[in-house]
Amino acid sequence: MSLDNFRKETKDWLEANCPQSMRKPIQSEADICWGGRNWTFASEDQKIWLERMAERGWTVPTWPKEYGGGGLSKDEAFVLKEEMKAINARSPLDSFGIWMLGPALLKYGTHEQKLEFLPPIARGEIRWCQGYSEPGAGSDLVSLRTKGVLDGDHYTVNGQKVWTSYADKSDWIFALVRTEPDAPKYNGISFLLIDMDQPGVSTKPIKLISGKSPFCETFFDDAKAKVKDRVGDAGQGWEIAKYLLSHERAGIVSEAAFGGLNPVSAAHQSGEVDADGKMSDPILRGDVARLTIDGLAFDATMRRVKEEADHGEGVGARASLLKYMGTELNKRRNELNMSALGYDGLLWEGEKESDGEVARSWLRSRANSIEGGTSEINLNIVAKRVLNLPGA
Amino acid sequence: MSFVLNEDEQMLRDSARAFLNESAPVTALRTLRDEKSPTGFSSELWSSFAEMGWSGVLVSEDHGGVDMGYAAAGLVLEEMGRTLASSPFLSTSVLAATAFNLAGTDAQKSKWLPKIAAGETVIAIALDERARHNPDHIETRAKKDGNGFVLSGKKRFVNEGAGADLLIVVARMDDDQLGFFMVDPKADGVSREDRRTVDSHVPADFSFDDVKLDGDAFLSGADDSDAAYRRLLDAGRACQAAESLGVAEQAFDDTIAYISEREQFGVPISSFQGLQHRAAHLLGELELARSLVRRALTTLDTQPSQAPLWCVAAKAKATQVSRLAAAEGIQMHGGVGMTDEYDIGLYYKRAQAAGEFLGDDAFNAGEVARMSGY
Repeated sequence: MSLDNFRKETKDWLEANCPQSMRKPIQSEADICWGGRNWTFASEDQKIWLERMAERGWTVPTWPKEYGGGGLSKDEAFVLKEEMKAINARSPLDSFGIWMLGPALLKYGTHEQKLEFLPPIARGEIRWCQGYSEPGAGSDLVSLRTKGVLDGDHYTVNGQKVWTSYADKSDWIFALVRTEPDAPKYNGISFLLIDMDQPGVSTKPIKLISGKSPFCETFFDDAKAKVKDRVGDAGQGWEIAKYLLSHERAGIVSEAAFGGLNPVSAAHQSGEVDADGKMSDPILRGDVARLTIDGLAFDATMRRVKEEADHGEGVGARASLLKYMGTELNKRRNELNMSALGYDGLLWEGEKESDGEVARSWLRSRANSIEGGTSEINLNIVAKRVLNLPGA
Repeated sequence: MSFVLNEDEQMLRDSARAFLNESAPVTALRTLRDEKSPTGFSSELWSSFAEMGWSGVLVSEDHGGVDMGYAAAGLVLEEMGRTLASSPFLSTSVLAATAFNLAGTDAQKSKWLPKIAAGETVIAIALDERARHNPDHIETRAKKDGNGFVLSGKKRFVNEGAGADLLIVVARMDDDQLGFFMVDPKADGVSREDRRTVDSHVPADFSFDDVKLDGDAFLSGADDSDAAYRRLLDAGRACQAAESLGVAEQAFDDTIAYISEREQFGVPISSFQGLQHRAAHLLGELELARSLVRRALTTLDTQPSQAPLWCVAAKAKATQVSRLAAAEGIQMHGGVGMTDEYDIGLYYKRAQAAGEFLGDDAFNAGEVARMSGY
């Protein structure tokens, strides 16, 4: 089918199938559908929208059909994205299964593992979280100590993970576990899939400056992980983790340029514009203009890097550069949103449900340049692997 | 619209890089400077641009050009930026050719475009009148006078002004519309004052004191001559941005080469995190500028109505990044960065001058805000 035909069919299908209430911008966290065993849909429309999209494989448009995907080419997936954007259609399903585990399983998983784990991700039935960081292993992730001991057909896992996003709401965790204690530290880690519905796994939310608790501590006390649920070979975990991190980094910044509130809308909300819609503070207007320029530049760079990757030049360590640039951009956007709102941006708890949303987003954005590798770690990676500068 | 260079574009870039490294390396600019070249560019180099087929990059094949578009012109300019090549390419092959393409009559095109393609003429565009670029502030007047015009006013810092055979002057007409007027710089009533600048170029100020022009001095082929002027500015911004990008890229490459070779405390200074983070950040900024410049140039070629925003954004970003790259370059070179012997200072100077033409980052950021409706 030609791309133009595909566009037309997609447009028609979306028009017929996307509920009206799913064509409004995301207002709050509750509007994002994460799925999972314990998921409560915010509305009947949210449920219908997920089911219809999942049936076509369009929650994961580029995954193969046999694993619950839509089997679309990159170009077709891009058209789908554009047509969804054209009617303001919300994403039917967001999850770490889609962004992170899926790509890693597609590359490193066996056929049986793909058949078992990918379709439930695509249908939003199982919610995943990521167990990487530990109290003593942050930027120095490879020194992680959570231990897995082989015992017949399973590993017995003991240790603690931290900053596990939404662990308290998740069903399974993909975790980095040291299973080969005698191997060099880079070769001693395995990538294990662990069902969290067992007595040996517990979680504890961490309250953040945003007032929310999206991150948790996760404890393993003689938790069991089946050997057949190890992705890749024993000791191959670090390689898989790095591959997955590059997807995570790309995911964190995919909406960095123009996702969410922007300072121009914020200035309109707070009334800090003149009769022609021009921002009243000229210096702030200049700062916003430079943000717009960098936003356009960042979007264009994401497009360019994808195109170059398709031409065989690969993304590789440049994912670290995009992650660094994108997260710094997102922080700037949030800071300028707050400035444009002035006093109104300071609202925290009030009569309206939306009070505090902008401030929470602003506070949340500080984590962008820490999670998935700090800005400094990513600059190290760029210096060493892109610029080939020497050093440890 | 593609970000990846096609085969023709790759060949053009490779041949431009090889040719300019051979014929117009940074030492050529030093020679022009040290010998106080009266024009600030080499006529031999300009003739060889024609032999390479670049002078007619925006001239149709009917008029002897190769008609490869702005993306191709930008590639040549980027490579010129890398070696700091001084040449009337931007003023003549890009701006003058664009002016004739947009506003020339058939007769004017037939007369001038072949000369541009053949490298037989140097044409300068006289537009700015103030210390900072201000395309709305045009007080130079072209009053109707019988079949012709009388031109009066002043223009400042006209690039290639010292060596131009012909000026295209932006002037306000009786109906307050802006138009392009061809003026012989040696005509009665024209006076010229050369202004040698920090980057060793020689722009010139011009005064027009009731200069009599024939009727066909006016480029009267455009339906909307104001719109033609705006499009000329946009094309110029994207192309000047391409040169600034080249300046930034080479300043960066020179700096990385220097820190990799310079040793202190017994190791190359490139092994220090303090410098590595500055370098990695700079690479990110370069990538952003590169994407915007490419996007602006290809949009000019394929969807000109969408181009203005990309052109001002690219000009703003390339100006900012080229100045940053050269400034960081001096810092990372340390003491030798301050010497005339090392090239990095020449890049710093060119980044400043190239950034000023057609508006710096502050001016173009203002345009982005205006076009975006805030």
